[in-house]
Amino acid sequence: MSSTATTGPVPADNLARRRRRDWLVERLIYVAALLAILVIALIFVFVGKEALPVLTSAEVQKETDLSKLFLPQQYGTPEVPLPYVWQPVSEVPKYSLMPLLLGTLKVTLVAMLLAAPLGILAAIFATEFAPNWLRESLKPLIELLAGIPSVVLGFFALIVLATWVQDFLDLDYRLNVITAGIALGLAVVPIIFTISEDALTAVPRSYRNASAALGASRWQTAWRVVLPAALPGVFAGIVLGFGRAVGETMIVLMASGNAAITSWNFTEPVRTLSASVAAELAEVVFGDTHYHVLFFIGTLLFVITFVLNWLGTAVVNRMRRRLTGAER
Amino acid sequence: MNRRFAIDGVFILLTGLAVLMIVAMVAVVLGNIAYHGWERLTWQFLTDQPRAGMTEGGIFPAIFGTVLLVLLMTLVGVPLGVCVAIYFSEYADRTSRFYRWTRQAVNNLAGVPSIVFGLFGLGFFVQFVGGAIDDAAYAGRLTFGQPALIWAALTMAVLTLPVVIVSVEEALRAVPQSYRDASAALGATRTQTIFRVVLPNALAGVLTGTILAVGRGAGEVAPILFVGAAYFLPHLPTHLSDQFMHLGYHVFVLSTQSPDVEATKPILYATVFVLLGLTFLLNLVAIAIRTRLRLAAAGAR
Repeated sequence: MSSTATTGPVPADNLARRRRRDWLVERLIYVAALLAILVIALIFVFVGKEALPVLTSAEVQKETDLSKLFLPQQYGTPEVPLPYVWQPVSEVPKYSLMPLLLGTLKVTLVAMLLAAPLGILAAIFATEFAPNWLRESLKPLIELLAGIPSVVLGFFALIVLATWVQDFLDLDYRLNVITAGIALGLAVVPIIFTISEDALTAVPRSYRNASAALGASRWQTAWRVVLPAALPGVFAGIVLGFGRAVGETMIVLMASGNAAITSWNFTEPVRTLSASVAAELAEVVFGDTHYHVLFFIGTLLFVITFVLNWLGTAVVNRMRRRLTGAER
Repeated sequence: MNRRFAIDGVFILLTGLAVLMIVAMVAVVLGNIAYHGWERLTWQFLTDQPRAGMTEGGIFPAIFGTVLLVLLMTLVGVPLGVCVAIYFSEYADRTSRFYRWTRQAVNNLAGVPSIVFGLFGLGFFVQFVGGAIDDAAYAGRLTFGQPALIWAALTMAVLTLPVVIVSVEEALRAVPQSYRDASAALGATRTQTIFRVVLPNALAGVLTGTILAVGRGAGEVAPILFVGAAYFLPHLPTHLSDQFMHLGYHVFVLSTQSPDVEATKPILYATVFVLLGLTFLLNLVAIAIRTRLRLAAAGAR
């Protein structure tokens, strides 16, 4: 951008033109900001619009409705009852979301069991115990981990990790909840670490000094003073990590085996909500029941992550206000 | 007293172990991919077409498609993201409802699962916008109303918008207030101050945001599954309404739908290596620029 320097008083008409241009640019900037709100609304409207027939269309309701999506049905025989079945492509399509919901929950649970302790402990190490240089080199490393595309983690889980886990735990199935959960955990660690680290750093130095002055050791200070003060932020990290895990697609699509089984067994293959959308949408007939149910799943994912995200940021903001208030 | 400090050491060691475990896991993933991917990586692999059912030849069309995608994405997403960041940093009244809503919208946008962006791209860009263009300009002939490069780029631009906004906003805030005051004192209008003083000084942040967005755009697969990516195309895309090949999508299909996994494995590893190398390089550059930016900002204060 080149600029020519002008000297002397600015002519009046020039001034008016500058004012008009200022006004125009300001409007444009506001419109751009408005667009950010609009996009979020459009996402909800356009994904929700295609999901709506599940609730309203008579055509779709012949095959499925809310009760069939969520409540137990009588699919099997009296001897072997099958209350929840996801079998959208069959003679009688069955659209129970329960196997997918349970599958998502199972994989997410494994991921969180791995990622939450690792992320939080590593954050404590970074803020409380690590020397400065180590702390500063830890952050780019975590960012690198966050920068690994999920399709690469999915590939690694599918080709390498699955074999290791199967051999180590002596499992029947190569692709299972545990394998997918570990890979998913790797994707969630950076989120939990980053947000926890922010929260721990935000705790005023005076807390630590006061604790040390009272004779507490470094660990006691970290565990009983700093961590409790930062707990809302750490909690927010877990919530946001959970949201990411629920919505993550490529890892579970590639490494989970994609069988819609309703059980609490963690060594069986599993099919999640997000993986179902990714795997089935390409083969579905545009506008039929299956198509609308997949968009319904998308809406569900959107709402779940939206609520988790809102909750997470609300907690972070409240904590930040309280801590900065306490400092003054 | 001694016992207490011994316990202290054990717990501190535990947190250190957590870090070590993360480092080890990253090292194993990267090491494995680098070790197996390196073997097959040749100049020919980067510049050749796939051959013999993806068991031979190269991945040039996938590289080309990925680059084209992120280029188009950047052209749309970065200017928009910069404008929103300017609003946040320079115009917004922090107490206004509009500010809170936009802030919340951007936060939530960052948390929307990538697969939902894919559904949005299909429902909004492909069917709604593309369908409307076909009706208006192509007499209903299917041209833009189907998965295409332009829709994938726009979907990706929306997905990476928060990344751009956060980076640019941080850089704008790092520009000292005294610059703005000095500019105003010299008679510059607000717009002049922003575009000739503040933004040029925040250029590193714009660059960081762009690079991070490109890295993300190159690696995300879920959003483009239904809006334009194709497994194999005999020709490179020449039109905005063409489909395209993509490195990440290539990895996905090669590893899940190959009839002979062992035969494709060397190619698969090499493709992952290229994808990972590309995203890492971009991320490293972005991190380096940002670190320098932060140091400079800290020095100015």
